This record gives sequence, structure tokens and C-alpha cells, in this order.
Amino acid sequence: MHRRGVGAGAIAKKKLAEAKYKERGNVLAEDQIVQMSKQLETFKSHLEEFASKHKQEIRKNPQFRVQFQEMCATIGVDPLASGKGFWSEMLGVGDFYYELGVQIVEVCLALKHRNGGLMTLDELHQRVLKGRGKFAQDVSQDDLLRALKKLKVMGSGFGMIPVGGSYLVQSVPAELNMDHTVVLQLAEKKGFVTVSEIRESLKWEKERACHVLDHLLKEGLAWLDAQAEGDAHYWLPALFSELSSRDITPEEENQMTP
Amino acid sequence: MDRFSWSNGLLEINETLVIQQRGVRLYDGDDKAKMDVGAVLLSTHRLIWRDVKNQECCISMPLSLIIFFEEQAAGIGKSAKIVIHLHPAAANKEPGPYQNSKYSYIKLSFKEHGQIEFYRRLTEEMTRRRWEEKPVSQTSPVGPQAGRTRAVGIVGIERKIEERRKETDKNISEAFEDLSKLMEKVSLVFTKWCFNQQAKEMVEVSRSIANKIKDKQGDISEDETIRFKSYLLSMGIANPVTRETHGSGTHYHLQLAKQLGDMLQAPLEERGGMMSLTEVYCLVNRARGMELLSPEDLVNACKMFESLKLPLRLRVFDSGVMVVQLQSHSEEEMIASALDSVTDKGSLTAEEFAKLLGLSVLLSKERLLLAEKMGHLCRDDSVEGLRFYPNLF
Repeated sequence: MHRRGVGAGAIAKKKLAEAKYKERGNVLAEDQIVQMSKQLETFKSHLEEFASKHKQEIRKNPQFRVQFQEMCATIGVDPLASGKGFWSEMLGVGDFYYELGVQIVEVCLALKHRNGGLMTLDELHQRVLKGRGKFAQDVSQDDLLRALKKLKVMGSGFGMIPVGGSYLVQSVPAELNMDHTVVLQLAEKKGFVTVSEIRESLKWEKERACHVLDHLLKEGLAWLDAQAEGDAHYWLPALFSELSSRDITPEEENQMTP
Repeated sequence: MDRFSWSNGLLEINETLVIQQRGVRLYDGDDKAKMDVGAVLLSTHRLIWRDVKNQECCISMPLSLIIFFEEQAAGIGKSAKIVIHLHPAAANKEPGPYQNSKYSYIKLSFKEHGQIEFYRRLTEEMTRRRWEEKPVSQTSPVGPQAGRTRAVGIVGIERKIEERRKETDKNISEAFEDLSKLMEKVSLVFTKWCFNQQAKEMVEVSRSIANKIKDKQGDISEDETIRFKSYLLSMGIANPVTRETHGSGTHYHLQLAKQLGDMLQAPLEERGGMMSLTEVYCLVNRARGMELLSPEDLVNACKMFESLKLPLRLRVFDSGVMVVQLQSHSEEEMIASALDSVTDKGSLTAEEFAKLLGLSVLLSKERLLLAEKMGHLCRDDSVEGLRFYPNLF
């Protein structure tokens, strides 16, 4: 018996073996696709049954929506990935969130000149509810957060900054790093912040504090009140609660429709 | 409604506003209260209501009067409500809009929604009971007084421990109650189905196929690949085989890309040849009304413009902003016109440029940045804003 070794014969054998494996790979993959399409059909019919029982529930009940989303995440499935997905078509989950996305964009556009593209989640929630009108379905803040996550896909500068137990919603691609975020969090209680407050609470040097505040001014996120008692006050319109009760003016409304 | 007192609506020192909701009508028991619709405010200490037309008309009630509360679902022509059951008012209660009432509960009717969030926050505040917290005392007692004060202190601490224990028990039992309610609602059928072997198996199988395609094992035909990709799309499974040039490569997105090609011609021309992807998203979905596109659908469709030889392009700026641009719209033209405008006016900010062109501020900024990148403009970056000047260097 010749020992297996390098040589023309061995190479030829190797090629034959490879070809056979490849073929087997074909067969395996094809099989699996056939198997999969069968499973898909069964799956679809299960889903139809489920949809007929629970569609209303999902639409009306925000708790149910949260639960549903979490379960999908556990299996590794994103029900909002496409309007053409099962979930959208049969359960109507998609349209609910995609429309919410449009409403969020419109509210943010209308108010951008006032707050530089930053507002509290609470304010966004109030305004979206108002815009939807009395007869539309209620939306929860969790719904808003999920819609916002989807909007990020379009590079529109949407982001959520955790502040004081809730979030600030960012709607313009302003660069906000850790330093900026921390200052925003500091300002959350009073709606404004001063250089000395920053130095005291965060133990930063003056230059660092001023650098951050200047950036916020430039981006239109902060307004400077140099006439305040003591240190100059840097106000953040995103955090004003009085301002949030002012309605959207007709000029601002024109900004809303692209 | 006789639990309310007139109030100026101003918050106390340690009192914080938790949430407010407009469009709320009050009910005395089952009867509509004599007030109009107004705004309800929840603070850490009180429930406050203010008339929307007459801001002076403001009433409040301490949260400690609340025994329990529940949601009342909306019906046809009826808004959702929260029903709040109350203890009797204290003997020394300040006067309010009602002297007496035959009911020991009120209702808040949410005519402009917001009941979900309000209910959640009210639940939170009623659990935390922040109105019971004493403000932190400034100095600690020292000296001969200390003995007596300390004894009170210890008793106080013990009481707090006992209260906290009771509260924890209450919280735990409430949590279990809530969970069981939730499970009922979610329904065991859904849970079982969701974790059904079938669903999991399918995901696993599709992943292994996707990996095979990615690693080019097995010669799967083009057709089968496309079919497979549309399965993935239906399921909402992230596709590891996505190629930058073709996006998800499914028939659906192909059709969509062609539709967009037709639909966006006119709007793009009106807007100087460029629109941000968010603008397109809003425009298209508003027009559709139903069967809306997801953001991912839009991105995937736009990625196919080039390969379908449509006269539009998806473009991503350095900032991450994504736009759809008319192919006919040349870069040089845009930059030249930006330079012209800036030279004409001496200098321009993004906002001024936007007004001039009738474009969004976002896109005018991108144009100015582009012109700057090409060396035609230079910037003056100050706290007053970012201003662009013709580059004389």
C-alpha cells in the first residue's frame, strides 16, 4: 500500500474529496431551505391565529406592547425592522411605531429653533399626544423610546441622553460627549447652571467648564444670562417647564411639514 | 370633590412637580364637576388642578387623602378615566370649591390622553410617599439637649424601619399583583407560542443558512438567496449577508426603490436637489397613510438606487447625516452657488443660508461645510454661532 503523501495522485484525490464535500454542502443547504419554507408556512398560520385573538390587545395596551417587544428580543427577532415583516402586516405593530416616528420628527422640527434640538421626554410626550388628537390611541413613553430607536437608523441625529431619571431627546446631530452630558444632568434641577456650580460639583477646572458651556451655546442648546445675580447663568431651554406649556405657533407649524 | 381646597398652585420648598397633563375634566363621584376642562398636576405632595381659561382658579388636595385608585378604560365617546377613592378631609381643611359631597371618590377624565403616564407616575408617588419625608435638619443636636433628642431620634429610626418593612411588604405584594394581572393579559397562549420550539428552531436554521451564504459554503443559487433574504425580512431577523451596495437585496426593496425614484423627483427639485432621509421618511409615510415604511426599509431601498440606475443617490455626510440627492445635481454647482451666496452677502450662517435657499438648516449647513472642505469658504466659529466667509487665502 502506498503511503499517502504529496504527489500528483494525492492532489487529485484531495480535489475529488473537496468536490464531494462541496456537493454535500449544496445538498445540505438546499434541504434546509426547503425545510425552512415549510416551517415558515406553519409559523405563519400560528401567527394568524394569534393575531386574530390578540391584535386589538396589542394596539390598545402599552404593557402588552412592551411584553411583546421583549419576547421578540429574546428570540432574536426585531418586529419593527420592516414594514413588510409578518409582525407589521398581521399585527399592525409597524404602522403604529412608524407613524409615531413621523410625529416625533415633526414636533422636534417645529421646536428646534427654541431649544436647539434638545427637549425632555416628558415634553415630547405631551406634544405628541396633543398633536395626535383626542381620538387617537394613547402612547406611552416606552413607545416613544422605541420609535426613537428606529429613527436613529436614518442618521438624523436622534439620541437619548439619560438625565434625572428620565431622558433628554436630541434631534440634531450635535456632538455631545460625556462632559456635555454631565453638565446637562447637573442643570436638570434648576434649568440652568453656572461655572462655579460646575467647578464645585464636578471638581473641574475653569477652562474645562467654560469649554463645555461655550459648546452648548454654539449649538444653540444654552442661552447666556450675563445679568443674573452673581455668576452668569447658562439656561437650557430644553429643561424649561414653563416653556413647554407654550403652544406651537403657526410659523413653527410651517416648519413641521417637510 | 369636597376634599379640594383653593390654592395658588405654587409649590412648597421641598415639593417637586412630577407630571402635568392638560385636557382633564374633574368628576365629583359620577357627576361632572362644575369646573371646565383644565390641567391636572401631580407633585410629590399634592394633586393640583388648574382651569385652563382662568389660571386663577386653582385647587389642590394632599396625596395622603388617597386610599386607592384605578383606571377606567375609555369607551365610545368616553375618555379614559382614573377613579380616585379618598379618605374624609381633615377637620381643619382650607375652604374649596365644594362644601360637601355625597361621594367619597373623584374621577379624572383625560380628554387629551396622557392617562397611561399619569397613572404610572401616580402609582410611583403613592408608593414612595415622598410627602412623608421630613426635610434634612441643618444641625445635629449636641450638648445637654442631645440626650433627650437622641432618644426621640432612636424611636424615630425604629419607626422608620418598621414603616419601611411594611412598605416593602406592600410593594412586594403589589408587585406580585401587578405581575399576575400582566400575565393574564399577556395570556399563556402567547407565552407558550412565543417560546415554541418552532420559532426558535426557525431562527437557528435561518442563521445557519445565512452563515453558509456568507462563508460561501455550498452553491446556493441567486434565486434561492433572494428567496431566503425575503424570509429573513419577514421574520425581522438581522441579515448578516447585507452588502453595502445592494442593501438587503430583496424584491420588496427593489420595488420600493423604483417607487421612490418616481415619487421623489418633484420634491427633490423643489428643494434644490437634496432632502435628508428623515424628510423623505415623513413625506413618504404621510402620503401613504397606511402600510408605512420602516426607517430600515427606506435605507435599504435607497441603497439600491445606484444598481438600479435610477437618477437618485443615497449619500452619507461626514457628520452621519443621510440624504437622498438627485444625480443630475452636481457637486460643483452646489458648491459654486454656495460660494456665490456667501460672497454676495459677505458672510453667512447656516440659518441665514437656509432662509435664502428655502432649505432646511441641516442641509444648508452641510453645503457650507462641503464648500469649506473644498477650500472655498472658511469659518468663524464663536459663541455667537458658526459663520462662513469666502476663503481669500
